[in-house]
Amino acid sequence: MILTLHDYWSARGCLILQPYDLEMGAGTFHTATTLRALGPQPWNAAFVQPCRRPTDGRYGENPNRLQHYYQYQVILKPSPADLQEQYLGSLAAIGIDMLAHDIRFVEDDWESPTLGAWGLGWEVWCDGMEVTQFTYFQQMGGFDCKPVAGELTYGLERLAMYIQNVDSVYDLAFNDEGVTYGEVFLENERQMSAWNFEVADTDRLFDQFRKHAAECENSLAADLPIPAYEQAVKASHVFNLLQARGVISVAERQAYMGRVRDLAKGACAKQIERMTPEWQARFPEWSL
Amino acid sequence: MAGAFPGVVAVTDFLLELRSEEIPARMQDRARADLEKLFVAELAKAGIAAAGIVTYATPRRLALIARGLPQATEAVREEMKGPRTSAPEAALEGFLRKTGLARDALTERDGIWFAVTEKPGRATGDVLAAAIPAIVRAFPWPKSMRWGDASRSTESMRWVRPLQGIVAIFGEKLVPCEIAGIESGYATLGHRFHAPGPITLGGAHDYVEKLRACHVIVDQDERRALIRERATALAADAGLTLVEDEGLVAENAGLTEWPVPLLGRFDPGFLSVPPEVIQLTARVNQKYFVLETSPRNGEGDRPAQPDGGGVARARQLTNAFICVANIDAKDGGAKIVAGNQKVLAARLSDARFFYDTDLKLPLDEQAKKLEKIVFHEKLGTVADKVERVAKLARWLVEEGIVPAAPLPGREGPGVGDGAQDRASKVQPTPNPSLPGRGDLADMAERAARLAKADLVTGMVGEFPELQGLMGGYYARAQGEPTEVWEAVRDHYKPVGQDDEVPTAPVTVAVSLADKLDTIVQFYIENMPPTGSKDPFALRRAALAVIAIVVRKSLRFRLERALLAACEDDLAKFEKIFFGETEQNLARFFADRLKVQQREAGVRHDLIDAVFALGGEDDLVRLLARVHALQAFVTTPEGANLLAGYKRAANILKKEGVGETPPRHPGLVPGSTAPQAASAGERAEPPATLDAAAAASEPFGTESPRTPAEQRIHAIDRDGAGIPQTGEEDPLVEVDTDRGFAPVVAAFAASEHAPGSPGGASAQNSLSYTPEKAETDLVAALDAAEPAAAQAVADEDFEAAMAALAGLRAPIDAFFESVTVNDADPAKRQARLALLARVRAAVHSVADFSRIEG
Repeated sequence: MILTLHDYWSARGCLILQPYDLEMGAGTFHTATTLRALGPQPWNAAFVQPCRRPTDGRYGENPNRLQHYYQYQVILKPSPADLQEQYLGSLAAIGIDMLAHDIRFVEDDWESPTLGAWGLGWEVWCDGMEVTQFTYFQQMGGFDCKPVAGELTYGLERLAMYIQNVDSVYDLAFNDEGVTYGEVFLENERQMSAWNFEVADTDRLFDQFRKHAAECENSLAADLPIPAYEQAVKASHVFNLLQARGVISVAERQAYMGRVRDLAKGACAKQIERMTPEWQARFPEWSL
Repeated sequence: MAGAFPGVVAVTDFLLELRSEEIPARMQDRARADLEKLFVAELAKAGIAAAGIVTYATPRRLALIARGLPQATEAVREEMKGPRTSAPEAALEGFLRKTGLARDALTERDGIWFAVTEKPGRATGDVLAAAIPAIVRAFPWPKSMRWGDASRSTESMRWVRPLQGIVAIFGEKLVPCEIAGIESGYATLGHRFHAPGPITLGGAHDYVEKLRACHVIVDQDERRALIRERATALAADAGLTLVEDEGLVAENAGLTEWPVPLLGRFDPGFLSVPPEVIQLTARVNQKYFVLETSPRNGEGDRPAQPDGGGVARARQLTNAFICVANIDAKDGGAKIVAGNQKVLAARLSDARFFYDTDLKLPLDEQAKKLEKIVFHEKLGTVADKVERVAKLARWLVEEGIVPAAPLPGREGPGVGDGAQDRASKVQPTPNPSLPGRGDLADMAERAARLAKADLVTGMVGEFPELQGLMGGYYARAQGEPTEVWEAVRDHYKPVGQDDEVPTAPVTVAVSLADKLDTIVQFYIENMPPTGSKDPFALRRAALAVIAIVVRKSLRFRLERALLAACEDDLAKFEKIFFGETEQNLARFFADRLKVQQREAGVRHDLIDAVFALGGEDDLVRLLARVHALQAFVTTPEGANLLAGYKRAANILKKEGVGETPPRHPGLVPGSTAPQAASAGERAEPPATLDAAAAASEPFGTESPRTPAEQRIHAIDRDGAGIPQTGEEDPLVEVDTDRGFAPVVAAFAASEHAPGSPGGASAQNSLSYTPEKAETDLVAALDAAEPAAAQAVADEDFEAAMAALAGLRAPIDAFFESVTVNDADPAKRQARLALLARVRAAVHSVADFSRIEG
């Protein structure tokens, strides 16, 4: 399925990239999405990104929820006029018959408070199941996207469950030799859920959060937005772990999210600052 | 051309379709209305109106058909009148400059120059071609976006989602226009999957049918009806009943161009999860209808009664649902149903995970987590709030404000209030073994302590709208008494004007305490609602308090309860209740009362009229008076008395004879005490005044002269306790404007004359022989004043009105035959005094000057 998507999007001008090697809550955090959404230069890319959402862990007991799963991301900038048709073509390519399955575009405006980003779009339903998040980015890191990028995020496990017609993610065939998704990941889900919810040392996590934030600022001071952004992503993941441990109150939650947002925005602002001469050399009419 | 054949106007229909990527369902109705409004406005600018307009919305298109448009705008002939032909040359030159015409272009008629300009008609097609881009640019989407290459500029066109195509056909002719690179044409697209190719439209006449042939039902009402009918039929076929939900019908119609309802099932094992959770999961997350087992005979018409049987309700949700697909699937929908069943099962599995996990931890343990949850940064944690509410709820029971037995809800306080007893009717007859007051107080405190604990449960975290309800389930599961778990469940009620008002004493206590605490705490931190902003829903909380108090006829001093909510901190109470802030609590509650009563048809001016008396904080008694007043002023007696009163009041006002101004603004929103106009004092017998005051204790007596201790003492006294208002020298308030000085002096003389205890005897010391109408009026007042006072004291406001009604004829006769403004100052003063007495007598019941009309 991943290979089919790679073929499909590669044929439509996308670079095929690899996952980012950091824990992140969504493929959107990949620099190929966030940092490339800034500025005027065209950018088309597709990649798989593993995602970690500690609070979604269910100790392997829920057939549909995982704290670690995979997204397939496509970013097309500027958004092509036929993006919906291209997207539907990709569903057909992976074997979804749209006269037998009910595909719907249901309003779902996307917002990432920790990235200072938002966009309008839909969650795409296949027979009532959200299989893709479809977004036209309007802002990233607090800056208007000029031009707007279209972002597609496929839930790979869900799509696979669909295509293989299984009820539990753990029953997915990982290959044709009888190895299941459960054999690969079930134990991982059990252990990670226990750690995320019960074991992770919160004092050390708080400490890590502070250190990542400090390192982010250190990198920004050195005019290095990409390392700064990486620290912001790490801080964001530590924050998610703290949330799963239930040690962040509602009021504090806002403060922590604000802190991560400021770090991410700082990195975006610095990236824009650093890249503007190059961008303007190629796109003289471009401005913030 | 219309102009060529005057009188014969050829009319034509116009079709506009704006096709885009999927428009959010919730925005479609509003978008249709906006499209029509903008279209009408644009055409009106050119002087064109359509004979009829219909609008359609589907997820992918917004369309408008205007019927009966003229082919062209009418030629306009404008005439401007100039100077007379006989006028001086300079005037004519000025006129020519103004019109920009030469002299020979003017027309002369009847000796006057006219400048005539003819504006030829414009072809309607041209008007439309200009109107369409203007409409698109001005379209007020609640959220809009930029897209594509054009979005390199922030000024690029915005639409709700990318705009894909424009069809604009007038008659059968294309209306050429272009918006952001999209040119209008004859072609649109059909259903995304059933008919993806282009369709060429002929115009308004074939739009609906051509699209229908391509699997698009453009008329949203038709799609809604189809969903409604088909879903009902599917349920019936399965021997079940659809839980009707118009919101879901509209939403599904907004998500589909070709709606196909399908019935699915889920594992009955999930029915162990509370039905509200199942319904919410299905509705909110999946937009599914839920189904119930068909009612037994005779129960079919009874509306679902959520409070009827407590948690074990009559409603029998069953393990089936209906989803609405957007295609006629080639397998009849089997795959779609299977897929949807799988999704719902996963959702319900998650819900059950939360439910089972929550049940493992007692609410008392959950409640401890509230210490970590901030209620508001200035107001501490939710645990702090719980502590205050628990105390206040206990106090409300111990003070007897919340009576031990469910009250039947006395008839009367709500004019036209048919819903008044709705809630109480489902209550069982009071049980003789009802808990005593002490137990009730314990239960109120207990319920309050548990009431917020569900906020930290997994289920409420997932579905915030289940707050209260889940707490009720969990409290019941851990063996709390019925009174307690019901109070936990229902303490947020009533949530809106139509919501059910709690009746069970423990629930009432917790509900009132929770809301009073919220209102008071936000006021203490100076965060009242302002204008359209009410971020903490304080208005809604106040409406809920009023609804409970009024519908349940709870008799108590609101001031006292608010003081208790301030934890008896008098300084805080005085600051928020009377404070100089734009909106103090007194005014706030008065405003809410008006809003609440408006629904019931109570006139706001009558509420003002009672408030203006200077205070009344027993809302039940206050409304009883307002209702009696409303009944009275609509009778001929009332209307005539009002007319007589107004005449008297006007004369007094003109003569500068004011009342003692109220010493506090009271609950009179937007009113200022009539200090400016007041120049006198009350001229009526003090005894009467006292009687009136007995029934209307000062609500908003704000006076720096009043020591705080006195105030709390006054509040603490029961209805019988009367803080006197007439202690100080009445002349303190007198306006010493020289022009009125003699009048004032005369009043002072008559009032303070030795051996003249009241106005009535003052009349006896007249220096002239009064006319019959004067003595009749005095006699009528002598009779009416004590009768009205007694009735008011008895809270029999109808009787008080009736007593006043007796004044009507003597007042009319008085104005008929007596000259108030007599040359003799003695007569004038005496008659003014008499009118002042009339005014005062009327004011013992209500301030009629506030009554409109």
